[in-house]
Amino acid sequence: MSDPIYERVRNNPKFAELVRRRGRLAALLSVVVLGAYYAFMMVVAFAPDLLSKPLTEGGALTVGAPIGAAIIVVSWLLTGVYSRFANGPFEQLNNDIVRETLQ
Amino acid sequence: MIRAILSVSALALLSAAPALAAGGDLGAVEKQPINLSAIGMFLAFVLLTLGITYWAANRTKSASDFYTAGGGITGFQNGLAIAGDYMSAATLLGLSSLVFAKGFDGFIYTISFFVGWPIILFLMAERLRNLGRFTFADIASYRLDQSKIRTFAALGSLAVVCFYLIVQMVGAGQLIKLLFGLDYAVAVILVGVLMVVYVTFGGMIATTWVQIIKACLMLGGGAVLTLLALNHFGFSLEAMAQSAVDSHKDGIKAMAPGTMLADPVSAVSMSLGLVFGTAALPHIMMRFFTVPNAREARKSVFVASGIIGFFFLLVCVLGMAAITIVGTDPQFFEGGKVGGKLIGGGNMPIMHLSKALGGDLFLGFLSAVAFATILAVVSGLALAGASAISHDIYARVIKKGQCTEKEELRVSKIASLFLGALGVLLGIAFEKQNVAFLVGLTFGIAASANFPILILSMYWKGLTTKGALWGGLAGLISAVTMVVLSKAVWVVVLENPAPIFPYEHPALFSMSLAFLVTIVVSKLDKSAQAKAEIAAFDDQFVRSQTGIGAAAASSH
Repeated sequence: MSDPIYERVRNNPKFAELVRRRGRLAALLSVVVLGAYYAFMMVVAFAPDLLSKPLTEGGALTVGAPIGAAIIVVSWLLTGVYSRFANGPFEQLNNDIVRETLQ
Repeated sequence: MIRAILSVSALALLSAAPALAAGGDLGAVEKQPINLSAIGMFLAFVLLTLGITYWAANRTKSASDFYTAGGGITGFQNGLAIAGDYMSAATLLGLSSLVFAKGFDGFIYTISFFVGWPIILFLMAERLRNLGRFTFADIASYRLDQSKIRTFAALGSLAVVCFYLIVQMVGAGQLIKLLFGLDYAVAVILVGVLMVVYVTFGGMIATTWVQIIKACLMLGGGAVLTLLALNHFGFSLEAMAQSAVDSHKDGIKAMAPGTMLADPVSAVSMSLGLVFGTAALPHIMMRFFTVPNAREARKSVFVASGIIGFFFLLVCVLGMAAITIVGTDPQFFEGGKVGGKLIGGGNMPIMHLSKALGGDLFLGFLSAVAFATILAVVSGLALAGASAISHDIYARVIKKGQCTEKEELRVSKIASLFLGALGVLLGIAFEKQNVAFLVGLTFGIAASANFPILILSMYWKGLTTKGALWGGLAGLISAVTMVVLSKAVWVVVLENPAPIFPYEHPALFSMSLAFLVTIVVSKLDKSAQAKAEIAAFDDQFVRSQTGIGAAAASSH
């Protein structure tokens, strides 16, 4: 029933390793990004004063500004982290699997 | 009066996301005197893109060239094009005007519009690329019933495309009337004709390059304007903020979270609809099929989210600069009354800012960019709609795969012509209507009817045809019902005194319902077909992870 090629991939221990390692990274980074975002939104909804403190004594910019900007910048940097791993070592692993399967 | 305008524009924006929050917040705009520098720069853009379309037409031979540029777009190019698709007129006009009006709250919305992108990369990008070929229905129906699920997914895509197209068309007409001094109908017909030309002749190759050029123009224009704005305040954000505090009617409160998000249920529902609705917009998903492999797909999201994030931060700075520069200058208010109604409506602060800092020439440039933006977005939509009709409904469902590529291509060209005509007609019909509710519908349907099927088909082995169909229908019906009963339709359009559904966004409820129904019905489905579909997951899983068996690229 199952395609023999896919069957062979499933029996390759490297496939399990790829799925485990890449899946773990994706899940971890998703939790970090969504966690930071929803934590920020909860502070906005329930404790907005925490974000209203001025950044410098008597200044107009609040601490909320750099924190908000950091959410955008850090989550972008994390897409770089994921791409780096997924396109580097994991892609190598993936290529090994494909080669071993199709040969 | 000003509060009414602000709340309408905020209301439209809540639901706007990457749409131009059209009609509703532009309102009935005054036709402006003809703006020659804007028209000149726009003509230059049109000539350039028509040249590209001619070039692309010679390279569009097969169905795969037409739908996905033969998979020959690089990750970097595709990243620019995705950013071009996502940074619509709403980001430029809508988000900056939200910061202008609401200060820090506008910034919070901007962040909400961004966070979907990392999630799309982590959870969806490689699977989309490895499983899909031309359309989102390819993935949804991968191991499920071809005719039922493909039809449902294609109709879901078409509904999203049509509603979104009306929103864009109405917005285009209003905006062009305002910025260029052209007639509403002329503007809508112009957009419709150009869109059909790009798509019919140049397919995905032309559409991609229109988006790339537009993204670069928008990024360049935004960056120059930001430099001018920073220069105005001696390159000090603190000085800009201080001045904004002195000028804004809310004073120091404008720099802190305000009342806009006081209701967490609304906030969560909005962000769910936005994040997952975006992930299931057919024209955005289609972009993942234009790159040769998962590696380039990841790279394109990295590039796209970098550009989008950077641009969003620029837009917030621009909104803050406008608080002082536009908000205290009588020439930008109707009747010269500072604090009254902005000339052209609540979406115009950034346009006025460009005039204040860069003169008429820069205003003309930014107007041309706004026009180009609308063109790029409607072209992507038309292509996604045409492929749902020709690839899914015609070639796969009606002809059961028994038709030549040539026939399929012909149908897709007729379909894009049809969509263009439909867009123009509906755009004209809806001129005087408040179309903000259509944005709510678009994202509600995308997040509640399309997204659950898509994500479960990739992640959950137990999904069956019956479950997907019932769950998708539950999401569709509940999302539409809740939008109709919400303020945007029930009060604003149907003129009832109070909304029955208290929130602006249905996603929290309709999306949860869709997931629940899909899972329960799938679990109860004990048919032989269900068993076969569940068994087919293992092979699909290998392909989604490794890309073995996925369509390879052709080079251009």
